[in-house]
Amino acid sequence: MFPPMDARNASAITVDRLVKRYKGVAAVDGISFRLTPGSVTGLLGGNGAGKTTTIAMIMGLVTPTSGSVTVLGAEMPRQRYRVLHRMNFESPYVDMPMRLTVRQNLSVFAQLYAVADIDERIDRLAADLDLTDFLDRPTGKLSAGQKTRVSLAKALLNKPEVLLLDEPTASLDPDTADWVRSRLERYRAEESATMLLASHNMAEVERLCERVIIMKKGRIEDDDNPDRLLSRYGRETLEEVFLDVARGRRQSEAAK
Amino acid sequence: MIASDAGMEFSFNRVAAMVRRYWYLLRSSWPRILDLIYWPTVQMLMWGFLQVYISQNSNFFVQAGGVFIGSVLLWDILFRGQLGFSISFLEEMYARNLGNLMMSPLRPTEFLLSLMVMSIVRLAIGMIPVSLLAIAFFGFNLWALGLALAAFFANLILTSWAVGIFIAGLLLRNGLGAESMAWTIMFLFLPLTCVYYPVAVLPGWLQYFAWALPPTYVFEGMRTLLIDHVFRADLMIEAFALNIVLYAAASLAFLTLLRSARVQGSLLQTSE
Repeated sequence: MFPPMDARNASAITVDRLVKRYKGVAAVDGISFRLTPGSVTGLLGGNGAGKTTTIAMIMGLVTPTSGSVTVLGAEMPRQRYRVLHRMNFESPYVDMPMRLTVRQNLSVFAQLYAVADIDERIDRLAADLDLTDFLDRPTGKLSAGQKTRVSLAKALLNKPEVLLLDEPTASLDPDTADWVRSRLERYRAEESATMLLASHNMAEVERLCERVIIMKKGRIEDDDNPDRLLSRYGRETLEEVFLDVARGRRQSEAAK
Repeated sequence: MIASDAGMEFSFNRVAAMVRRYWYLLRSSWPRILDLIYWPTVQMLMWGFLQVYISQNSNFFVQAGGVFIGSVLLWDILFRGQLGFSISFLEEMYARNLGNLMMSPLRPTEFLLSLMVMSIVRLAIGMIPVSLLAIAFFGFNLWALGLALAAFFANLILTSWAVGIFIAGLLLRNGLGAESMAWTIMFLFLPLTCVYYPVAVLPGWLQYFAWALPPTYVFEGMRTLLIDHVFRADLMIEAFALNIVLYAAASLAFLTLLRSARVQGSLLQTSE
């Protein structure tokens, strides 16, 4: 259990002894971490490690079996309406309505998030994310890369203080993926947003994240910054560290 | 963070955003609009011609002019009202957009209110032309019922929304595995609410079930109005009281199912 924090060092996200069981099987098994405001953290783990469930609990979409999640001071999911307008997310598990044009979709979500000057914000995001030419095209007619950029635009509409990203570059070609990462880096630099990024892409995590939490079977196996992880495991890349953790090799063994 | 700090209160602005979203969808697709008009027209024509044929051979039906057409039009308010509500909800599941909405500041009450508005919009698109066709083909003017029509409509739409709210809860909890319920549940009301015949036709024990359903009072009231030319306000008041109970039960069921969906983690997994 974490000690209480004062206002100066309050965390953006606090996960405390979080457990989620489905029919007795633990998807998340007693994890705890704190994310400081403005930090970018990678959540790594193989399929079924519990990353998406953890993010869903942080978003308030899933009720924990036990433990707690606090986002910007609000307990999730009980107090979610206090903070949902200050958060946003992007995930390959959801889509934007396909028949609506990009502009229609973005303007509906802007209104849901009570964005002040909707037209100006959409035009600005469209320019930033290279969407201007597609604004009046049905979302379903766009390529995968263009759809991802639209989803990213939706996630940035309200300039969220907390941005949750579940595999934001999955199924994108390397060029588009790199482009998306650069936009995320710029957003973080401009807005000092707190980002939690679940990914299978180790290069992405190395580039974007200053901290890495590695999950396996619902538990946190390791939690440190990328440099220290590489040093402790004696590896060149996070991918090698990830494989060591996934295959159960201890740090001392891996370093040999 | 550029959004205003209005995330905590009920917001008509968010309801308007959702109505706009469904309106964009509706106007982008002519088959969706045609579907709203096509089947009510076919039903109205079939029952209208049947009524014409029977009235030529039965003195009773000459006196009770328009009962069948009135029944089919009021049934469509009940049936299409629920369908309009549920289809708008299903559109979110088909589009895999539910996660986006559930993660947004949109409150369940705002979401449900937008679905209610859309059920009226869809009904209006379907029913207004059909009611005008009923005048043209059979001389039956639904609008001439005046205040009685308003009472019938209010009670039927309340029932349709209550059923729609319950179905929305089932869909949240069980995903598209519960989709068939959205399309078929109202047909349970067809025999029990005595759309085309008086309650007295039912066996005694079944009449208790019939009188527990608000639409039964509406259809009985419509027949009294068209046959005896008497408006039974008491029936409408009883229907309204039952609707309040039904609406409260449906809302409670929805909140329970939504809570269960959060526990089961089914809000992001909207497939079967």
